[in-house]
Amino acid sequence: MSADTRYTGQEFKSVGTRPLRPDGIDKVTGRARFGADINLPGQLVGRILRSPHAHAAIRSIDTSKAEALPGVKAVITSADLPDLTDGNREMFDILDNCMARTHAYYDGHAVAAVAAVDAHTARQALKLIKVDYEVLPHVTDVDAAIAKGAPVLHKDCFTRGVEPKPRKASNIAYRSEFGHGDVDAGFAKADVIIERTFRTEQTHQGYIEPHACVASISPDGTGELWLCTQGHFVVRQHCAELLGLDVSKLRVTPTEIGGGFGGKTHVWAEPVALALSRKANRPVKLVMSRDEVFRASGPTSATSIDIRIGVTKKGRITAGDATLRYSSGPYLGMWAELGAMTSFACYDMKNVRTVGLEILVNRPKTTAYRAPSAPMAAFAVESMIDELAGRIGMDPLEMRILNAAKKGTRSSYGPVYGPIGIGPTLEAAREHPHMSAPLGKNQGRGMACGFWFNFGGQTCTDLNITPDGSVTLTVGTIDVGGARASLALVAAEELGIPYDQVRAVVGDTSSLGYNDMTDGSRGTFSSSMATIMSARNAITILRQRAARMWDIPVAKVIWEAGCAKAVGKKYDNLAPLTLAEIAAAAPKTGGPIAGHNELVADGAGVSFATHICDVEVDPETGRTQVVRYTVIQDAGKAVHPTYVEGQYQGGAAQGIGWALNEEYIYGEDGRLQNAGFLDYRIPVCSDLPMIDTQILEIPNPNHPYGIRGVGETSIVPPLAAIGNAVSNAFGVRMTHVPMSAPRILKALEEAARDASEVA
Amino acid sequence: MARHDVKLWSALRPHAQGMDTVSIEANTIRELFTRLEASYPGMAPLITQGIAVSVNGTLYRDSWDTKLPDGAEVFLLPRIQGG
Repeated sequence: MSADTRYTGQEFKSVGTRPLRPDGIDKVTGRARFGADINLPGQLVGRILRSPHAHAAIRSIDTSKAEALPGVKAVITSADLPDLTDGNREMFDILDNCMARTHAYYDGHAVAAVAAVDAHTARQALKLIKVDYEVLPHVTDVDAAIAKGAPVLHKDCFTRGVEPKPRKASNIAYRSEFGHGDVDAGFAKADVIIERTFRTEQTHQGYIEPHACVASISPDGTGELWLCTQGHFVVRQHCAELLGLDVSKLRVTPTEIGGGFGGKTHVWAEPVALALSRKANRPVKLVMSRDEVFRASGPTSATSIDIRIGVTKKGRITAGDATLRYSSGPYLGMWAELGAMTSFACYDMKNVRTVGLEILVNRPKTTAYRAPSAPMAAFAVESMIDELAGRIGMDPLEMRILNAAKKGTRSSYGPVYGPIGIGPTLEAAREHPHMSAPLGKNQGRGMACGFWFNFGGQTCTDLNITPDGSVTLTVGTIDVGGARASLALVAAEELGIPYDQVRAVVGDTSSLGYNDMTDGSRGTFSSSMATIMSARNAITILRQRAARMWDIPVAKVIWEAGCAKAVGKKYDNLAPLTLAEIAAAAPKTGGPIAGHNELVADGAGVSFATHICDVEVDPETGRTQVVRYTVIQDAGKAVHPTYVEGQYQGGAAQGIGWALNEEYIYGEDGRLQNAGFLDYRIPVCSDLPMIDTQILEIPNPNHPYGIRGVGETSIVPPLAAIGNAVSNAFGVRMTHVPMSAPRILKALEEAARDASEVA
Repeated sequence: MARHDVKLWSALRPHAQGMDTVSIEANTIRELFTRLEASYPGMAPLITQGIAVSVNGTLYRDSWDTKLPDGAEVFLLPRIQGG
């Protein structure tokens, strides 16, 4: 990256304001187009046949009756998606997940698909497909999967990361380890050691818009795909590879997105829709039902975490040790590895060890979910910090401040930190009125910290000056949380023009160079960096054109407040030229005016948050209501503070649902029992208080405006904050998420029974 | 050319005879990876797949031109996935 992206401390006029969102009217009036809103002439309806078995060998598939049904235009199986992955295991897993080959690995695994003239015919055709299964033993529980005698999903799975290579196949796909110091010596110095096992159940991102796409492949081998996704360039790459298309011949256009949170960073039905279109020679629309989204897209891991922490009587942590088992579905992921990296990252620890084990189970392929893997690890660590503080009679907030990581701390995952922001979030919590507000009957207050990495990546933008001097900004990162408004503000800031003179749009894959997807809290961080550079490139051209119009040297032209100004005694009597005037003259001064930029955005900087939570627990039913909630997080610079607050609130809301209600429930038969929003209950407005936010602005030294990603970190603390609040309300330590009413009631009853036995 | 003690996360260590730190002369990430591959060929597939490089605590992707300042702490880590 050649551009200088260092923070300069400039003053802002547009950045930091709160203009109306550009997509607001379209979204509230139903005019915005989401994945299922796209329609093409001659379009067929695609439907997918899914395995009813958690684990089965596929002996044969007979599609002849379905193919003979009038109105059916194509039926496909894995034979129509041949393996072109050339030994690339990751791509093969994506292929196998999109369409099962020799085995169905979970309830809902795709085994065949049809394209028909209407939905009724497509459903009828699915019923006519005969799949001969050999049902195999299954395992869905993360601990049961590594117990003696558990059915092994893949006979060629020998735990990676272990030397020497194991001789027996198992469901432990990968072992990772992080840490430093001498853990045993650290525990020897501790006055108090607590050891516990925590469990969290599998949850789904719960995006309101199901996966939807329209695919069209022409006989000439070119294709088009419209879909809701977090990364259309990645979708293009994966689909082209899986279908054997030239990447340039597949054009992917993203629609508006009704939530993603990591779940739309992968392909699921899109290669199937393309394969159906190729076979039928017609466009195919494929929309997943909510049942399919739950059963066959990518939820987060279920986890089981053994953890041990030791502290001195004065509250200093002497050692921490954790083994984290994360379910990964039937395919290898890096979920436990991320849990192992993030678990102790908030703290300054001399002796720390974390081991991550990726566990294969007969559940859908695990996918990223907002700060993936960090919330579960934080649940374990932050619960223990509170419990240890209670054991030594110390305020948990003060214990966190005492042990907080700071500049120069060796992080638990390895590197030494530069300047970091956990300290300021804790100090802000200490001063926040929420911390000292009175509590009511049956109420408790908890707090927790959270960490996430954040990152950047490949990014490019295209800024065009239109003939009337207004500006279009085309970006390649999907707008999942207000990026178009933020990026328009950044362009306006750099050009010195009003916000409403800039329109930001997300370009399709043929209009821009490759962009990584919107994940890792990178959308605004990365694209704002490229937007600033694009605008600066455009300003260089604008100065050249102004110089041409004035017939003076370009060195005597500066850009200021949206105008070209001539400087120097010889020229400073010239009236400034506005953007509109320079744009109007463009046909005569050299043609269209634009600024482009391509870069690898780096230096995102790690992110921390501190949350405070009050809950009220009904002791008769165990029902828990969050009555007050506060998020404190560093944004670097909040480009559009309302959207930043929205990200903080959204993360907290999802974390609250995860903490209290949400879980995948599997039956003995290995089938998902609650694949719908009636039985899988995400929080609605009436479940939540107004979530208060406090934005800290500690500039990121690696970004020209000091911006940091803000999208993920605030889902990390809620599980532990709520667990600590429940514990402080009733003195019971919750170790199993979700802390649903039955689990809390059971814990209360056990605590009462223990107390009566002691008495 | 600056010499760095490059720290390895656990997945790389088996390819470096079990060492958790290796000494490499490099001014940029490109030079770092080129020399790592030459000295420890087993790392090549992982480098091709994508590795994150922490330079003085800031995570970078494997962009070749990123400079490794004299005395910088260089730590190799898995490339992070986000949501």
